[in-house]
Amino acid sequence: MKLITAVVKPHRLDEIKEALQAFGVQGLTVTEASGYGRQRGHTEVYRGAEYTVDLVPKIRIEVLAEDDDADQLIEVVVKAARTGKIGDGKVWSVPVDTAVRVRTGERGPDAL
Amino acid sequence: MPPGITLAADAPGLSAANTGFMLICSALVMLMTPGLAFFYGGMVRVKSTLNMLMMCFISLGIVTILWVLYGFSLAFGTDSGSLIGWSSDYVGLSGIGINQLWDGYTIPVYVFAVFQLMFAIITPALISGALADRVKFTAWALFVALWATVVYFPVAHWVWGSGGWLFEMGVIDFAGGTAVHINAGAAALGVILVIGKRVGFKKDPMRPHSLPLVMLGAGLLWFGWFGFNAGSWLGNDDGVGAVMFVNTQVATAAAMLAWLAYEKIRHGSFTTLGAASGAVAGLVAITPSGGSSSPLGAIAIGAVAGLLCAMAVGLKYRFGYDDSLDVVGVHLVGGVVGSLLVGFFATGGVQSDAKGLFYGGGFEQLGKQAVGVFAVLAYSLIVSAILALVLDKTIGMRVGEDDEISGIDQVEHAETAYDFSGAGGGAGSRKTAPAPAETVAAAPQTRKVDA
Repeated sequence: MKLITAVVKPHRLDEIKEALQAFGVQGLTVTEASGYGRQRGHTEVYRGAEYTVDLVPKIRIEVLAEDDDADQLIEVVVKAARTGKIGDGKVWSVPVDTAVRVRTGERGPDAL
Repeated sequence: MPPGITLAADAPGLSAANTGFMLICSALVMLMTPGLAFFYGGMVRVKSTLNMLMMCFISLGIVTILWVLYGFSLAFGTDSGSLIGWSSDYVGLSGIGINQLWDGYTIPVYVFAVFQLMFAIITPALISGALADRVKFTAWALFVALWATVVYFPVAHWVWGSGGWLFEMGVIDFAGGTAVHINAGAAALGVILVIGKRVGFKKDPMRPHSLPLVMLGAGLLWFGWFGFNAGSWLGNDDGVGAVMFVNTQVATAAAMLAWLAYEKIRHGSFTTLGAASGAVAGLVAITPSGGSSSPLGAIAIGAVAGLLCAMAVGLKYRFGYDDSLDVVGVHLVGGVVGSLLVGFFATGGVQSDAKGLFYGGGFEQLGKQAVGVFAVLAYSLIVSAILALVLDKTIGMRVGEDDEISGIDQVEHAETAYDFSGAGGGAGSRKTAPAPAETVAAAPQTRKVDA
């Protein structure tokens, strides 16, 4: 199993959700996040004093997937998240040892 | 009807219209202090919001009581040596008849006393903006009481009191350019030179936490200012109050636009804080001259003040003094600009016969204005610095560095402005469970709530 994590622009959430549903993903977790990549943040001005705001709002989406689906799923997320402008975010995956559905106790792929 | 109470009909000369107008103006000026609290409160960081609100609000408590006890007497009692007043009838407002009229006007002494009280309240509150985040609340409360007594009450007498030396000299301060704004701005400078900078000044970002609060406060100030200026004629039976109303509105509009134009050219954006600050700068600048300039003059005064104040707020970074919320940049500079511009724009038609430079009056009025500006600035700056120094050496002016970093709201007020915690226990739990009735007396008295 793989855990796919995407840190992307907040306004892309709906597109990503729809794309994942169309792909057949049953569940996901969304967290509000903040951070920056190579573009850094932005500048704000208060009475002439400039402040650099490094951490910009992002959302973090996490999805568990079976190994065979993982690469395709990453592509789905990347496609849905892309605007072509700077700050679109990143998507990555990591291996997962085990997963348990709390209600039934099912393990592994059955728990997804 | 209690004995001694007589109806207005028994008081020849009393104008019900002017009295009603002045009571409303007094209430409008009162609203300026909570307005100021929000104006300042939105500009500080989240962790010191409540302290900022409280520093303004406490003035409503302290100065009100002092005013009744002796403040009104010191400011507006019978003159003594052109420097201070005193009338035992005014002590405790005890010897004033309910239908006794204020000297030469159509309103009761009581109405004049409450109108002036509201000025006395907001002036020390104005100072607090320079001291954000770092002053012990007890020290601040003591400072307010002392400052009102040795600075505000005497200066109000100089400027407005019959026999006061600036008043007699012919210095024009219609509604408080010198007595309120220069006075508070200079005091702010005096105190911050003693207490020093906030921890992290020029290093940490100290962005305003809520610009909507700043706008709300600026809006309330603008609204209340009509009472401040239009009421300062102490009546409106000759329509003069309405002239002040017009001048207040147009100068404020011009100042806001000037500040925004400066910002757009200098920094590239029209900012919300700029609009609010420009409006306040215009209000400050028209305060001394609202009764002596024409509406077109008021536009010019507002525009000059908006521009100069926008430039002045950057000075603290250049000179390294930490005027947290720009009390010096907006109130001192705005007050000086407005007071001096009386010497240029006085039309000689409304408040007094004195004419400014642009109306054929020569340099005479400008010279008088300069004396008023310098005298109040110097007196307030020096005495305020001495007061701060005395308080700092005795009870200490500042909170500890750790407390300043963690936030003055929790330390000084045992509260925080906002609850950002989500679900679960983050919202805090009661530290002391309700005790059985018989043990209530022995229960520990816990004041501070869990962090």
